[in-house]
Amino acid sequence: MLNIENIHLTFDPGTPIEKHALNGVSLNLERGDYVTVIGGNGAGKSTLLNITAGTLFPDKGAVSVDGVNITHMPEYKRAQYLGRVFQDPRRGTATDMSIEENLALAYRRGKTRGLRWHINNKERKFYKERLATLDLGLENRLSDKVGLLSGGQRQALSLLMATLKEPKVLLLDEHTAALDPKTAKKVLELTNKIVNKYNLTTMMVTHNMRDALKNGNRLMMMYEGNIILDVKGEEKANLTVQDLLKMFETASGEEMTSDRMLLT
Amino acid sequence: MLIIQGAVSLGLIFSLMAIGVFLSFRILKMPDLSVEGSVILGAGMAARLVSGGVNPFLATAFAMVVGCFAGLVSGVLHTKLKIPGILAGILTMVASYSVVIRIMGASNVPLLPHGPQRVVSVFTFLTDAGLSRANAIILLSLVIVIVAGALLYCFMGTEFGSAIRATGNNQQMVRAQGINTDVMIIACLMLSNGLVALAGALWAQQQGFASVDMGIGTIVVGLASVIIAEVLFRPRMFWTSLIAIVIGSIIYRLIIALALSVDFMRPTDLRLITAVIVTIALCMPLIREKCSKIFAKKGES
Ligand SMILES: Nc1ncnc2c1ncn2[C@@H]1O[C@H](COP(=O)(O)OP(=O)(O)O)[C@@H](O)[C@H]1O
Ligand SMILES: [Mg+2]
Repeated sequence: MLNIENIHLTFDPGTPIEKHALNGVSLNLERGDYVTVIGGNGAGKSTLLNITAGTLFPDKGAVSVDGVNITHMPEYKRAQYLGRVFQDPRRGTATDMSIEENLALAYRRGKTRGLRWHINNKERKFYKERLATLDLGLENRLSDKVGLLSGGQRQALSLLMATLKEPKVLLLDEHTAALDPKTAKKVLELTNKIVNKYNLTTMMVTHNMRDALKNGNRLMMMYEGNIILDVKGEEKANLTVQDLLKMFETASGEEMTSDRMLLT
Repeated sequence: MLIIQGAVSLGLIFSLMAIGVFLSFRILKMPDLSVEGSVILGAGMAARLVSGGVNPFLATAFAMVVGCFAGLVSGVLHTKLKIPGILAGILTMVASYSVVIRIMGASNVPLLPHGPQRVVSVFTFLTDAGLSRANAIILLSLVIVIVAGALLYCFMGTEFGSAIRATGNNQQMVRAQGINTDVMIIACLMLSNGLVALAGALWAQQQGFASVDMGIGTIVVGLASVIIAEVLFRPRMFWTSLIAIVIGSIIYRLIIALALSVDFMRPTDLRLITAVIVTIALCMPLIREKCSKIFAKKGES
């Protein structure tokens, strides 16, 4: 479903702060794969997601979704294939607009915006049903401005918006990292519920090793712009946090002490 | 009475400009200075065409188109050539001064009598019907403001308009929802500058001439009306904002008229007064806070 081939990206090439963020990353997500991605700060996780989403473009390599080459497709065009939730809850929604207006924008992902009215009553009913599944009482607040919502509510709404029109690939970049532990857990549960219900092909970056182990059917570890571990199914199910730490040490020759990956 | 009449007619005409400024500053959240140029483009185009014998309504429509074009230029400079918004606007504004002199053929164009020896303007058909000139200006401006406001409200409620509003909020999210933000920015700037040029065209016909220095301070005047509207009415919906701005624009004209009626004030003090009004309005939240603190303290003792 998502095919990434030999992606290279260097930031600020030829300068003293030159940074090889990705060094030939390749991966292939099957339809319905739910991969969790871990790795230390600066490992290149966000860069990989951004290249997939089209906010960054690779120096070399190719990205394709469902057989369509999107390597050079602008961000807004490839959005028809992708659902995204960002780390910062404010980035996924339009603050000054109402919940239903935000949903109506998301519901038209991949369609051209014409001169029809931005929302209709049939949609409203549908949004209410979907909001009710979040179990946050948002179904009764359709015309409330999103700016009035808490971070967790906004993130849940962002998740709903990203999946309202089923994406071919769902990209989640530490989408629970900015939330308090209880809310983070709730949003993660919602994520699993939605991903499983629609069998979405999903790539979820997390800094929490336990979450990475517990969720999804596949796990990847990144280090200095490379994927150093990629396990699936049974093999993944049997992994422990200790295993992950050991693998990281062998792969990198470093001990994981000061890194925030330890903060599980 | 005369003061009020004048304030209402100018207030109505300039509310179109204030709405244009509102679209760029508040909806798109981009401080677009090209509106300073669009006022004179609109005024100059209308003056030139009307004094050349063109139907005044057609001339006014043309003026709007020229304004839209200025918005297009700013928008392309900003989105395609990646020039910061404020600079893109300044470049367009500066260029407009040259363009408008080309259009007018001089730096000042009076709406001279032509044809059967009389001055025509969009207001003529109403004065012909027996209305006083002042009332004709108020009536027609009111109709234009209502029609423009209603059309704008409907447009902003469409899928396209909704995408424009979202673009001003959060471009990242808008692109993630598959919308080309460049198109939305350009469209909004065209709309904004078109409205400002419409105001310029009506203004030229109201005062009977167009000159290149008419545009100076447009931004601040427009902002003054928007801020007065926001401070006084705190509108929360798009349509309430529109109504509040029209009233704000009239209030601004009243304040100016009253200030200028004080003996030692001169007409050229207008821009100073405007700057003071905007400054006061901008500090209102701060003043409110200070006041409530003082009152709170008094309450304690
Ligand atoms: N826009 C940028 N400009 C320069 N360097 C960047 C940029 N974005 C990321 N980097 C660098 O690239 C590396 C990978 O970053 P990132 O993908 O954000 O890591 P993470 O795995 O923590 O998400 C880091 O060293 C980071 O500093
Ligand atoms: Mg990151």
